[in-house]
Amino acid sequence: MSFDAAYQSKTFNSVGTRPLRPDGVDKVTGRARYGADFNMPGQLVARVLRSPHAHARIRGIDTSKAEAVKGVKAIVTAADLPDLTNGNADLFAILDNCMARDKAMYDGHAVAAVAAIDEKAAKQALKLIEVDYEVLPHVVDVDAAMQTDAPVLNETVFTTGIEPAPTSPSNVTNRAEFGHGDVDAGFAKADVIVERSYKTEQTHQGYIEPHACVANCNTDGTADLWVCTQGHFVYRQNCADLLGLEVSKLRVTSSEIGGGFGGKTHVWAEPVALALSRKAGRPVKLIMSREEVFRASGPTSATSIDVKIGARKDGRITAASATLRYSSGPYPGMWAELGAMTSFACYDLDNVQTVGFEVLVNRPKVAAYRAPSAPMAAFAVESAVDELAHTLGIDAVDLRVKNAAKEGTKSSYGPVYGPIGIGPTLQAAKSHPHMSAPLGKNQGRGMACGFWFNFGGQTCTDLNINADGTVTLAVGTVDVGGSRASLSLIAAEELGIAYDDVKAVVADTATLGYNDMTDGSRGTFSSSMATISAARNAIKVMCKRAALTWDIPLEDVYWEDGHAHAAGTKHGNRAPLSVKELAAEAGNTGGPIAGHSELVADGAGVSFATHICDIEVDPETGSSRVVRYTVIQDAGKAVHPSYVEGQYQGGAAQGIGWALNEEYVYGADGRLQNPGFLDYRIPVCSDLPMIDTQILEIPNPNHPYGVRGVGETSIVPPLAAIANAVSNAVGVRMSHIPISPPRILAALDGNG
Amino acid sequence: MASIAVSTTINDDDVEFLCQPDETLLDVLRNRLGLMGAKEGCGTGDCGACSAIMDGRVVCSCLVLGAEAQGRTIETIEGMADGGELHPLQRKFIEHAALQCGICTPGFLIAAKALLEVNPDPSETEIRFWLAGNLCRCTGYDKIVRAVQDAAREMRGETA
Repeated sequence: MSFDAAYQSKTFNSVGTRPLRPDGVDKVTGRARYGADFNMPGQLVARVLRSPHAHARIRGIDTSKAEAVKGVKAIVTAADLPDLTNGNADLFAILDNCMARDKAMYDGHAVAAVAAIDEKAAKQALKLIEVDYEVLPHVVDVDAAMQTDAPVLNETVFTTGIEPAPTSPSNVTNRAEFGHGDVDAGFAKADVIVERSYKTEQTHQGYIEPHACVANCNTDGTADLWVCTQGHFVYRQNCADLLGLEVSKLRVTSSEIGGGFGGKTHVWAEPVALALSRKAGRPVKLIMSREEVFRASGPTSATSIDVKIGARKDGRITAASATLRYSSGPYPGMWAELGAMTSFACYDLDNVQTVGFEVLVNRPKVAAYRAPSAPMAAFAVESAVDELAHTLGIDAVDLRVKNAAKEGTKSSYGPVYGPIGIGPTLQAAKSHPHMSAPLGKNQGRGMACGFWFNFGGQTCTDLNINADGTVTLAVGTVDVGGSRASLSLIAAEELGIAYDDVKAVVADTATLGYNDMTDGSRGTFSSSMATISAARNAIKVMCKRAALTWDIPLEDVYWEDGHAHAAGTKHGNRAPLSVKELAAEAGNTGGPIAGHSELVADGAGVSFATHICDIEVDPETGSSRVVRYTVIQDAGKAVHPSYVEGQYQGGAAQGIGWALNEEYVYGADGRLQNPGFLDYRIPVCSDLPMIDTQILEIPNPNHPYGVRGVGETSIVPPLAAIANAVSNAVGVRMSHIPISPPRILAALDGNG
Repeated sequence: MASIAVSTTINDDDVEFLCQPDETLLDVLRNRLGLMGAKEGCGTGDCGACSAIMDGRVVCSCLVLGAEAQGRTIETIEGMADGGELHPLQRKFIEHAALQCGICTPGFLIAAKALLEVNPDPSETEIRFWLAGNLCRCTGYDKIVRAVQDAAREMRGETA
C-alpha cells in the first residue's frame, strides 16, 4: 500500500500538547523494569575477566583452577565464541571486542567470563583464571598513533582512501575527503585567514544504568535475551550471527533503558552471556560494574583537528578547510568521516575541503555518542569562526548570518539542502534577550551553531483497535526519552481520538517486524511516520466496516474527526460511526481491526541549532561556572514539546560536561586512571543553571506532520559555545577540550 | 561466612531477613526483598540512584551494609506513594517531564522528599546543592528542579 509521507500543513488537536507520559507512574514508583531488574528461575551470575594491559598478546589461558571452584557452572573464552563472521570485518571487530582472541587491545578488554551460582563464586573463579600475556608496546594518543614510529596495532591494516595504496601497515585505517570548489583559489581571495589546531579528549556517554542482560539458551536452539538496549532487533541480529543462532529462535526483549545516548547501540556483554548460558545450560545474568562501563564500553573519539578559514573584509568566507584525526579504539570506525562531513555543514561555502583520518589506539572501541563526531568538529570550526569574527571586527552572529547555509545551498558534504533552520536559529539568537543582557565581572559570552544529519531507517509498527475502541500501538523503536507519549499523540491525532485512548508499547523481536535501532534521532521521526501510515491503514479498514454496516459503496464513506461519515445526501441522514462504535461491532463486520505499517523512513530532515552561554571564570583557581545557557533549535514540529525541551536541555548539559570537565585520563602504562563517577565528573545539579530553550518549527517536507529528529543536535554546539565564552572571558583562545581549571590557569599564565 | 539475621522496618512494615556480613543494603533490598526501585548506577556512592532514607537521613544504600539496617527505619521508593495516591513529588515529576529514561528518578524522589521534610521552602540553590549527590544524564536537571519547586509549593498549600 502506498504511503504519501509528504508534509501537509494542518491544524493539530493532539500534537503539540503536553500530556502525561504513559510510563510515568511506573518510573516514579520504582516499578519500571530496567536491564538489571529481571530474573529467571535457576539463573546464574556472570562476571568478566578483563585485561589489565593496554596491548598484549594472549599466549594462553588456563581455566582449570577456576573451573574447580564450587558453584562455577561455565567459563568461556574466545574458544567458546568461534569465528562465524565469514570475512565480515565489521562483525569480526564486534566479536573480537566482546572477547579478546589473539591480543588484548585495551585496558579492560574482556578475555574470559564465568557463570556461577553466586557472585562470590564467580569472583573467586576470576582470580584463579591464569592468562599468559606477552605485553606489547601501546599507544593511546591519537596524534602519537599516527607517527611512523608508533606501535602498529593491527599488521593487516593498510590505509584506505589513499592513492597509491600504502605498502606498509599503519594505525590510520582510512582517509575520507569531502568538499567542493577550489580552496587554494578561495584562500588567495581572502583578506584575512585564521588558522589553528584543536584537541578534544575522550568522553563517555555516562548513562546512569550500566549494561545489563539476562540470557537463556535452550537445548532446542531457542534462546531469550532480556537487555537494556537502544535496538533489540539489531542486538538479535548481532547475537544470532556471532553465536550461530537462527534469528527467529532468538527472542530479544528490550527492558526499560536507563540512558544510552548511542552507547547502547553496540553489543558488548550479550553474546558472552548467551555463550555462558549455552555452556552452562542455565539462564545467566550479566551486569557490568561502573568501572567496567568506563573501561570497556562507550566511549567517544579523542580528536585532533586543524582548521583554516579565509574571508573578505566584509565577512564573506572565501574558503574553509579542516583536517580531522579521530581515534576509533582498536578497530576501524567511520568517526573522522562523520566529523569531516559535519564540520562546515552550517555554512554556504564556494570553496570547502575537509579530510578525516581514522586512527587506531589502545583504548576501548569507540561507540556512537549523540550526534557522533559532530561536537568535536563543531568545536574546532565554530571556535575558528569566532576568531574570524574577532579578527574582522564583525559581530559573531552577524558573521554567521552572512555565511549561513539556506535552502538550495550545496552542503559541504554533498547534498543540496531543502528548507533548513540554521538562518532562523541565528535570527532568533540575535533577537534573544540573552544576547543583549549585561555581563558581570570575569564573565564571557559565547555562541555557536551545530548541525546533525538525522536518520530515518527501517521501521515496522502495528496499530490495533481494541474491542472497546481504545488503541494499542506496538512500536519497535526503544523509548529512550518519552517517545511512547509522542507516538500516542500521533496515533490520537491521526485517528481523531483522545490521547488517553492510546497505549503505546515497545514490542519484542518476536512480535513485530525488524526495526533499526533508536539512533540518529530517528525514534519519534521514523516511528511517527510508521504510526501515521498504520493509522491510515486502520482507517481504511474502518471505512470498509462502516460501508458494510450501512450497506453503501465504500467510495461513499470518508473519515473525519475520528468518525466514518456517509458522503452526500443519497444515503439518508446517517449518524457518523465512531472508532468505539466500529470496534464494538468488529466481530460482526469482519473481525479485529488493525493497521500495519512497514517502511523505510526516508527524508529525515537535517537539524540545526544555535546556543548562547555565559561563563564566569575565577582567575585565581581557573574554575568556571555556567551562569546562563540558551538553546535554540529547529524541531520541524515539536510533537510533545516538554520532551523536545528535555532533549535540548539534556544535550546541552552533556555538552557542558564535555566542554569543562569530562576526560578519560590514561597513565603511562596505558591504563585508565579514572573509571568512576568520582574522578570522571559529569555535571551535577549544582553545576548548572536553568537551561532556557526556544523551539523553532520549520517543517520537514518529508514527514506528514513536518517532524524532524531532535535528540542529537543539542550536544553539537556546547563545546564551541563554552570555548568561545571562556575565551572571551579570559582573553585567550581556548583550543583544548575539556577546558578544565588547570587549562584555564595555564592560559591565564600565558602557557595556554 | 555465616549469615546475619536482621530485624528492621521498611516502609512501615516489620521486615526480617538473613544477609551475608559483606552484603550491601542495596543488594538486600533488590535481591532478597524484591524492592528493585533502588538502582545500582555505580556501587561507590557517587550517583545516588540507590538512595534510601535511613532514620530520616538520605543514604546511598550501596554504601550501607544490610546488617546495619538492624533496628533502623528504612524508607524506599516503594513506600513513597500512599497506596494508590502518588506523593506530590511523584506527581510533579510526571507533570513537569522531570524524567526521561527514569533510572535516576527513584533516587531523586527519595532525596527531594528528605529535603522538603527538613526545608519546606528551599531556594533553587538549596535544591541544587541538596540534589548534587544524585546524577541525571538525561535532563540537565532543569525540569527536576522545577518539579521539586512546584511540589514544595503545593505541599506548603500555595497555588502555583
